[in-house]
Amino acid sequence: MRRALWILAVLLSHWRRHKMQFATLLIGLIAATALWSGVQAINQQARNAYDRAAATFGGARTAMLVAPKAATFSQELFVKLRRAGWPVSPVLEGRVQINGRSVRLLGIEPVTLPADVGNAPRLGASDLSSFVAPPGQTLVARETLADLHEAEGAAPAISDGAKLPPLRVLPQLVPDVLVVDIGVAQRLLNKPDQVSRLLIGEAKGKPAPLASVVGEQLQRVEPDAETELEHLTDSFHLNLTAFGLLSFFVGLFIVNSAVGLAFEQRLPMLRTLRACGASARLVNTVLVIELVALALIAGLIGLACGYFIAAALLPDVAASLRGLYGAQIPGQLGLRGEWWLAGIGISVAGALVAAATSLIKAVRMPVLATAQPRAWQQRQRRWLILQSCAACAVFAVASLLLHYGQSLIAGFGVLAALMLGAALILPAFLDIILLAGQRVARGPLALWFWADSRQQLSGLSLALMALLLALAVNVGVSTMVETFSRTFIGWLDGRLAADVYISASDNAQGVAIRSWLKERSDVQAILSGGRTEAQIQGQPVELLGLPDHALYRERWPLLQVAPRAWTRLVPGNAAFISEQLSRRLNVRLGDVIEVPAPGGTWELDIVGIYADYGNPRGQLAVNVAALIRQFPQTPQTRMGLIVAKEHIPGLIAALQKQFALDDRSVADQATVKAESIRIFNRTFAVTSALNAFTLGVAGIALLTSLLTLANSRLPQLAPLWAIGITRPRLAAIELTKTLSVALFTSLLAVPLGLLVAWCLIAIVNVKAFGWRLPFHVFPLQLVELVVVALLASLVAALLPMLRLARMQPTTLVKVFANER
Amino acid sequence: MEANNGFKTNATRHFRSKCATEQLCQFRPAPFIVLSIRNLSKTFSSAGEPVHVLRGVDLDLRHGERVALTGESGSGKSTLLHLIAGLDAADGGTIQLEEIEVTKLSDAGRAGLRRDRIGLVFQQFNLVPSLSVADNLAFQARIAGRHDAAWIKELVERLGLGGLLKRYPEQISGGQQQRVAIGRALATKPSLLLADEPTGNLDEATAEDVLALTRDLVARTGCGFLMVTHSLHLAATLDRHLTLHAGRIA
Amino acid sequence: MSADRISRRAFAAGIAALALARRAGAQGYAGLGETADGFAKVTPGKAFTFPADHGPHPEFRIEWWYLTANLVDGSGAACGLQWTLFRQAAQPGPQGEGWANQQVWMAHAAVTRADTHRFNETFSRGGVGQAGVTAKPFDAWIDNWEMKGLERTDDRTLAPLTLKASGTDFSYALTLEADRPVVLQGNGGYSRKSERGQASYYYSQPFYRARGNLTIDAKSVDVTGQAWMDREWSSQPLDADQTGWDWLSLHLASGDKLMLYRLRQKDGKDYPFGNWISATGETQMIAGGDIQMTPKATADVAGRKLPVEWQIAIPSRSFSIACKPLNPKAWMGTGFSYWEGPISFAGSHDGVGYLELTGY
Repeated sequence: MRRALWILAVLLSHWRRHKMQFATLLIGLIAATALWSGVQAINQQARNAYDRAAATFGGARTAMLVAPKAATFSQELFVKLRRAGWPVSPVLEGRVQINGRSVRLLGIEPVTLPADVGNAPRLGASDLSSFVAPPGQTLVARETLADLHEAEGAAPAISDGAKLPPLRVLPQLVPDVLVVDIGVAQRLLNKPDQVSRLLIGEAKGKPAPLASVVGEQLQRVEPDAETELEHLTDSFHLNLTAFGLLSFFVGLFIVNSAVGLAFEQRLPMLRTLRACGASARLVNTVLVIELVALALIAGLIGLACGYFIAAALLPDVAASLRGLYGAQIPGQLGLRGEWWLAGIGISVAGALVAAATSLIKAVRMPVLATAQPRAWQQRQRRWLILQSCAACAVFAVASLLLHYGQSLIAGFGVLAALMLGAALILPAFLDIILLAGQRVARGPLALWFWADSRQQLSGLSLALMALLLALAVNVGVSTMVETFSRTFIGWLDGRLAADVYISASDNAQGVAIRSWLKERSDVQAILSGGRTEAQIQGQPVELLGLPDHALYRERWPLLQVAPRAWTRLVPGNAAFISEQLSRRLNVRLGDVIEVPAPGGTWELDIVGIYADYGNPRGQLAVNVAALIRQFPQTPQTRMGLIVAKEHIPGLIAALQKQFALDDRSVADQATVKAESIRIFNRTFAVTSALNAFTLGVAGIALLTSLLTLANSRLPQLAPLWAIGITRPRLAAIELTKTLSVALFTSLLAVPLGLLVAWCLIAIVNVKAFGWRLPFHVFPLQLVELVVVALLASLVAALLPMLRLARMQPTTLVKVFANER
Repeated sequence: MEANNGFKTNATRHFRSKCATEQLCQFRPAPFIVLSIRNLSKTFSSAGEPVHVLRGVDLDLRHGERVALTGESGSGKSTLLHLIAGLDAADGGTIQLEEIEVTKLSDAGRAGLRRDRIGLVFQQFNLVPSLSVADNLAFQARIAGRHDAAWIKELVERLGLGGLLKRYPEQISGGQQQRVAIGRALATKPSLLLADEPTGNLDEATAEDVLALTRDLVARTGCGFLMVTHSLHLAATLDRHLTLHAGRIA
Repeated sequence: MSADRISRRAFAAGIAALALARRAGAQGYAGLGETADGFAKVTPGKAFTFPADHGPHPEFRIEWWYLTANLVDGSGAACGLQWTLFRQAAQPGPQGEGWANQQVWMAHAAVTRADTHRFNETFSRGGVGQAGVTAKPFDAWIDNWEMKGLERTDDRTLAPLTLKASGTDFSYALTLEADRPVVLQGNGGYSRKSERGQASYYYSQPFYRARGNLTIDAKSVDVTGQAWMDREWSSQPLDADQTGWDWLSLHLASGDKLMLYRLRQKDGKDYPFGNWISATGETQMIAGGDIQMTPKATADVAGRKLPVEWQIAIPSRSFSIACKPLNPKAWMGTGFSYWEGPISFAGSHDGVGYLELTGY
């Protein structure tokens, strides 16, 4: 043990003399761990939230009994089952309108509620009586309380005038749901003695078979392994994970180059140790211990950074998820122990992987050095050929995936293979360019410039690969976001045709508003809309009612349209389908779709396909009058108004005054548009932030590689100095070399990035969101990125070059005196 | 980790502990043979052709005896030294260091042997660049678990390194570096000191100084000393001078 | 008569947890020391009428149907079982309809052998039919646990009855027969609990003969033996400073029955009570000063020290016995926990019975 400690002390002494290298190694590990674990923290937070939502008093996470044909059934079945030994607990679910906002109302029966209902919030025994006994309580999450503009203890009225029991905050409750006693729920929802489902708890003994108790009236539904939310948001998290992984690998590139350099520099030390009688096994073990210890330290720091990254990004992520999928994620970061352990684990594993080649070299190292290293050209050629072969193999995989892959993961696989292949082929690509340069070079210094650049390739290539990847991703993501942004805004202009939007709190108010509006001369038209929900092939689908108005015919954007589509919509037997739903159901123009309606199946011809960006649900657009005929329950609370611009503020003020509507219930087009764009921007804020982070990490990789390279390059530079080239001149040449390879790399990154963008738009987006965007290239943006990359390289190269320019001549002299 | 290398018989342990108590190993019986080599052979292959470097070397070295080994370039001087130090494995013959048959040891066993019984000095000073002079002097003894502060203090005095302890190898001269290397090799009180061209990188005056110091220290510790050198002049200053020729000791 | 047994009953347990726990703990064991505002009061001189009084009395805060049985199986091995249904009103006043009903029901079931003790509990709200009691025909149920009269059930003896319950790893089914009428405890069914007037209505049927089968871990055995049912209701059975009780129901070999308990107080004093029921059904209260209840040995169960062995003497009746539990680990780890298990005793009299220890 003591021996190992002394060997460790000798090994560690290297870092004392090479602080920059040490910092590089740590920075690499920290960067790798930080971004990866930051992204994981966000994902974990989101998954917890989905779990919580799913498990809320027995959501999808508990086995349950439901009526196969009806939304609710008699609670007598509950009593029957209990008396047959079934450990069931009744739940009644519905929606209520509070302050014009629709909220889910959940009635539970706390006395029989199974104790093992997922991680549902448990009511403490002491709270039970106040929950059950009049006036009872309405449990609500703090976020929802704020959304409803209510205070704890208040008893808000629902739309039909009935009052909820006083609100009480239950912090661990999922947002957007109100939980009351089942008796209260039956009264508020006007469903006496009815329940929506029975949650199944742990059986006491063996209950009678279900059919013998309730016949065919109820059927058992097993808990979902994955909830609808998880399914919907998978793509989003995969996206984040891909970014995390990318940064992780870029971080490992840094670690790899730092460890590799340190190993080369410590070779004589290792030999001396072995010559002095430290056995190979012990030295290698201590090398691994040293690495693991460093990885642990860096891992902890990285985790702390990851925590802050996650905390900083979380609000945007939460906004994106809410905007895109309606998923509610708490904005406060809460982490589990597993996260910390996994983070440390990934740091150690990453360090070991990054250092594997060096460690293997150390294990195989003979005590007696063969003093002369192989000629670098020979080694580099073999290495270039090998890497290029690997690149070709990876490209082959990419094309296979592109051709045969169906899933989102395959889409990301294409992306990953594309980038990995490009990274692998980069050195060969640069070598060819530099070789070409060498061929056309005139004069000895120019010749040396090209030749030496080529020699430098092996040392810089990892950093350059990192730069290439970061740049390509940047180009890809920027292109996609920009494309999306333009498409979205254009689409929004078409979609938001009316000038003022109103959402009444209930049908009665809707009628009142309509008749009031009809009296006004400043309203040119009232466009009534409607929206309801149906199930198609087991999936919830929105039905959107469109008014028959010239404005819609002119402006409502359609991707594909059949002849006379708008006219065919009017009688009510035709529909437009949203792009995502058409993909999901594999429906084309001219197909017929069957919608289960209260009065029977509603057959609809598909006469148009429209983009519906940002909507996680599939949607069908039909004539509003037809919709109300088929679904009489459709709330008739939404309407758009056509109003001359100058009358808008006055009209809104009057509406607000007359009907006590708040900002959410009445808004002008500009406000709605601004809100939509705000949500849109937040959706991509995370992507942009991660993008910037990744570029930053790549910059660090370049900087550290250059720094470590600078020292080892003295032997190459000293002869030039000796033949009379000044140090500042040498530094300038070095800088030019670095910038030129960075430029070549950036130029390769541009087409690669565009390819990435195409993958994102044509594969990933389609799989993840169900919509495809037109592909645009934005040249100015590309130039901007190349310039940024060059600036980053300049900054990275500047420090070592300044050091070279200021280097004492004695240091250069020493190269000759002390050459090893 | 390497305590069980098989070469520490009870007898040696007894002997060593006795030595340790008496600080200096002057009480080793003078005619005690520290190194005995019989019929040692080693063959390398170069461009597919076997090169017989050593063809049956025989050599005996007593405690306190100082022997110089010369020979033309490529005669196998360094190879012989490497084989004795266990840095490489012989193809035939035996090397016996005190009671231990070096040629029968495993790689780890040979490492243990170097650590505990052999001091090595090379032409390139082989100091750890990131350790100070003081740490370079001490680390082999530390790793061997035989650190003796008083002995190292004496070494520092005798080698004239007193003012340099806090410096790093790159901050001292070549002669000073070689003195540090010699001090490190002797810090474990080895049975045998092996030196491969220890003065090859030094000017003549410095070389003589360094060798004189080494001779004195070898006498002080009573270990055996085998030095490979080009210099017949330096070789002449030792007790015995052997020449390696055509793979044998002439 | 002091059948202040009411104190005994672990009713306390779950129901108090459900309905009263807001203030529980502050006042006596499990809230049994609550004041009775708004609920009906227990006053002396009530005329008991059957079958009506076999049914629920929702105007009182708490009530129970509590049955213990000392049984033997075919091989002669002793075992015991417990079946208890508790009712508690969360609020006084008129009975609410459906889910608005303020009654909360709780039940405990347990079986005990020398080598094992199994228990289970279940809860229900009143008003929807998941649990309840009807007097005629007699039926007390919660989920699929049930104590039910037959066509020929006699209101005076409250027999015959069938009884069933099941837990995750046990179940039982018994029929209960009795040929003597129920016995009013205390003073004509008025059982005083303290000097300050806390009291309950209390009657028992200690003469049941039981027969049926008992299943533990899917192994079923036939059992026979004797059983004891307590019926009790009150609105404030315990005084605020009473912390718990040690209670015994004893089946003497002679056919006589004996009910004994002591209430423990915060000040460390305790008050013993007793009631002797002759084999023919006559009852006689035993003066507190005449009862000597001495814990003899404790068992470590569920992190507590419980006095499971007792020396009991009633000098005036030349009664002196030593009680031992069938299984010292008969811990009811239910919502509110207590110890309840079969015992056997020997000395001046031999026999079997049940012991209950609460508030430890």
